[in-house]
Amino acid sequence: MSPAVRFQNVSRRFGAVRAVDGVTLDIAQGEFFALLGPSGSGKTTCLRLIAGFEQPDEGHIEIFGETAEGVPPYKRDVNTVFQDYALFPHMTAGENVAYGLMIKGVGRAEREAKARDALAMVKLADYGERRTAQLSGGQRQRVALARALVNNPKVLLLDEPLGALDLKLREQMQEELKVLQKDLGITFVFVTHDQGEALSMANRVAIFNNGKIVQVGAPADVYERPCSRFVADFVGSSNVLSPEFAATHGGSAAWTSLRPEKIGVHRANALVPAVHASADGVIQTIGYQGAVTRISVMTGGTRLIATVPAGSAAFKEADAVTLIWPKSAMMVMDGDA
Amino acid sequence: MSAILASKRHGGLLTAVSDMLIARPKLFTLLLLLPPLCWIGVVYIGSLFALLLQSFYILDDFTGLIVREFTLATYAQLFETANLQIILRTVVMAVLVTLACAIIAFPIAYYAARYARGWTKALFYLAVMMPLWSSYLVKVYAWKLILAKEGILTWIAGGLHLTWLIDGLLALPVIGGPSLSFSYIGTFLVFVYIWLPFMILPIQAALERVPATYIEASADLGANPGQTFRNVILPLALPGIIAGSIFTFSLTLGDYIVPQIVGNSRLFIGQAVYTLQGTAGNIPLAAAFTVVPMLIMGVYLWTAKRMGAFDVL
Amino acid sequence: MSSDANARTPLGVKIPAIAGLLFLHLPLALIFLYAFTTEEKSFQFPPPGFTLDWFHVAWSGRPDIWPPLYLSLKVAAIATGLALIFGTLAAAALSRAKFFGRETISLLFILPIALPGIITGISLRSAFDIMGIDFSVWTIVLGHATFCIVVVFNNAVARFRRLPGNLIEASMDLGADGFQTFRHVVLPQIGSALLAGGMLAFALSFDEVIVTTFTSGQQSTLPIWMLGELIRPRQRPVTNVVAVFVILVTLLPILAAYYLTRDGEHTSGSSK
Repeated sequence: MSPAVRFQNVSRRFGAVRAVDGVTLDIAQGEFFALLGPSGSGKTTCLRLIAGFEQPDEGHIEIFGETAEGVPPYKRDVNTVFQDYALFPHMTAGENVAYGLMIKGVGRAEREAKARDALAMVKLADYGERRTAQLSGGQRQRVALARALVNNPKVLLLDEPLGALDLKLREQMQEELKVLQKDLGITFVFVTHDQGEALSMANRVAIFNNGKIVQVGAPADVYERPCSRFVADFVGSSNVLSPEFAATHGGSAAWTSLRPEKIGVHRANALVPAVHASADGVIQTIGYQGAVTRISVMTGGTRLIATVPAGSAAFKEADAVTLIWPKSAMMVMDGDA
Repeated sequence: MSAILASKRHGGLLTAVSDMLIARPKLFTLLLLLPPLCWIGVVYIGSLFALLLQSFYILDDFTGLIVREFTLATYAQLFETANLQIILRTVVMAVLVTLACAIIAFPIAYYAARYARGWTKALFYLAVMMPLWSSYLVKVYAWKLILAKEGILTWIAGGLHLTWLIDGLLALPVIGGPSLSFSYIGTFLVFVYIWLPFMILPIQAALERVPATYIEASADLGANPGQTFRNVILPLALPGIIAGSIFTFSLTLGDYIVPQIVGNSRLFIGQAVYTLQGTAGNIPLAAAFTVVPMLIMGVYLWTAKRMGAFDVL
Repeated sequence: MSSDANARTPLGVKIPAIAGLLFLHLPLALIFLYAFTTEEKSFQFPPPGFTLDWFHVAWSGRPDIWPPLYLSLKVAAIATGLALIFGTLAAAALSRAKFFGRETISLLFILPIALPGIITGISLRSAFDIMGIDFSVWTIVLGHATFCIVVVFNNAVARFRRLPGNLIEASMDLGADGFQTFRHVVLPQIGSALLAGGMLAFALSFDEVIVTTFTSGQQSTLPIWMLGELIRPRQRPVTNVVAVFVILVTLLPILAAYYLTRDGEHTSGSSK
């Protein structure tokens, strides 16, 4: 089965800047795929290359096996949900949703019915007559989603779709998008700079930095086994151990990543079990974050962060503690940042 | 969700053209730009250059024909006393009109920018726009009515026993005359009236861009309202005043109708140009005369840009 | 600044402001007044009597009014039409991505209004002379359309700048090619600005006299007719009647244009 989207050594330059630099990628059909990275890393440009708003300077793009470069956006079986929704202000919600159908020449009765169905699918069944200015941010996002999906695209692109929503709404939409994608079976490709969002929604994640992909994999893989300092830092927070520190604390002499939740905080001089490493230090700060508590400890010139479940440790600042973690939790990072 | 939708309505000439234009954005921009650019470039700029070219020719007094050879003699003619007087007269009038417009416009613009709200703001805006856009000739005509010897101004002056004031003004040398509508004073009044809206709007725009927080900061630092006005508001309004003055200056320099209708038959640059290119057929000298306001405005615009006036327009 | 700021305005500002506004409007009011006077030969104030006769005379007793009126309307309509096309094309081109010479071309499009009308007029006339073009309706239209293009251009550019770029992308993403996108998405968005620009252009053209005197030869537009009446008056109140008519014809489009474009204004120094 051909991949839904295939990039082969694709590059796109803007003046002297290489926004996308030799990207090779396969996105499988029916996948929920995330493009993750900081601003300016090239993820959005890649999305636009799939949509057709940009054309590659080098390389080859295929969508469902068909060559995509040179093909304008309106001839691709791809639809986009824009970051700021891009709803047409002079049309109602229903007219927005039916737009793609109208352009194709679908008759009025049929496209109105399909638009209603699409709005019902995003739980806005009775909102067809509303003008876009009357909708809240979350509602506009759903209309944008319906507008894209009603055309039954082969690939749905989402450009930072949840960025403008507040936390509660964002979490709710994450759920709904996952369920929707599973039901429809359409390939979803979405761009985000929020690693938590990428990890929770996607089947696979591609991490971008400076126009290149630095790691691709399932969320668990990328999180547990970051291949470089950059990935370790960007995906979740991590302690980055220098080669010297890693070597003297039960690991190899290389840059190592150690996730904070793997570190246990114990009283000073606690017993260290087998295949575990330890470090003695003094607590600098304690940050209460509801579900977890974040404890920052200074140990021999290196600062380590440990996150412990709430209520599990009764410490205060300036306490002397011993940090204990499994040696297997130390991940050597062999890629460059 | 139903499966396959009706087949796309693509193909056809328009879509093919669209494909090509999308793929070549620079070509697209060029195609958009070409017609209007040709018009402005060829028709307007072209004629402008044709005119400038003429200023380097000279009219042979003897034959009445234009000698199409390059010469600076026509420009030399500009320095003859009579012509210099025309230029001087026009420039002095432009300066005085600009100053008067600035002084009268400022309170109006100030009120509209800083104090008017809601419906009063809209009212002020319309109240300034309406005279701006209503017929130029009608406005000149209105003043001919007002300034006429038997007109309303004289009547009011009579009623207030101020006739001596008007007679005194008219008796002044140079700017006086047989009646208000046949004197420099009259010309001056009409110019001020007609260009006033052009001065109000940029000043208002400049004042509106002064954030209220600047005024508050000034007061917070101990300045009384007068000091705040002099040290904060006025300097920030200056680009607006300069922007407005571009209009009043430029329009006065080129106008030939107002001095003809309300004036004392001494020529201004506009009238000189008009009569020269008319029956006299002296296009070279007419062209040379038009270069004067172009040069003056060129220098003025350059100075104004340096002082930030263009940000307000 | 709170909403009762009007009550707190210092008199030192309020009085000159209102006086200034009255100064602007009273002369126009006088025009209206003089349209009703019975005195034919002079501008006597106060008017000796009032009558509606002059309206009747203007309508049926002065055949010399109608041809200039028709000509003015015809020229204004054609010039506005041309201005809408060329002005919108230029505005669309200049609101796209930066290209070489964009700033210069923007400046170029301001010139017809920035330079005094007499320069435009005499340039065109001498160009017609050189090229041997005779005066006709089309020479007048050429002159008018030149500054009408600028008016439409200014309005269109302001609106294009406020058009979010991704609306066009969204439309193409949903299957519309360039022309369909223009028709369904761009045109509705810029429509009101084009209408406003067109109305302003119409009003400007209808009222224009300076450029027209140079480009019209023997023909008279309404303002040229009025200019003639100003210099050699026949029945002064009839001129006033025509002036009243001109005020109304130019006022209504201006009001409409204002109404169409006012929601684009935002000021930082005055609102709260």
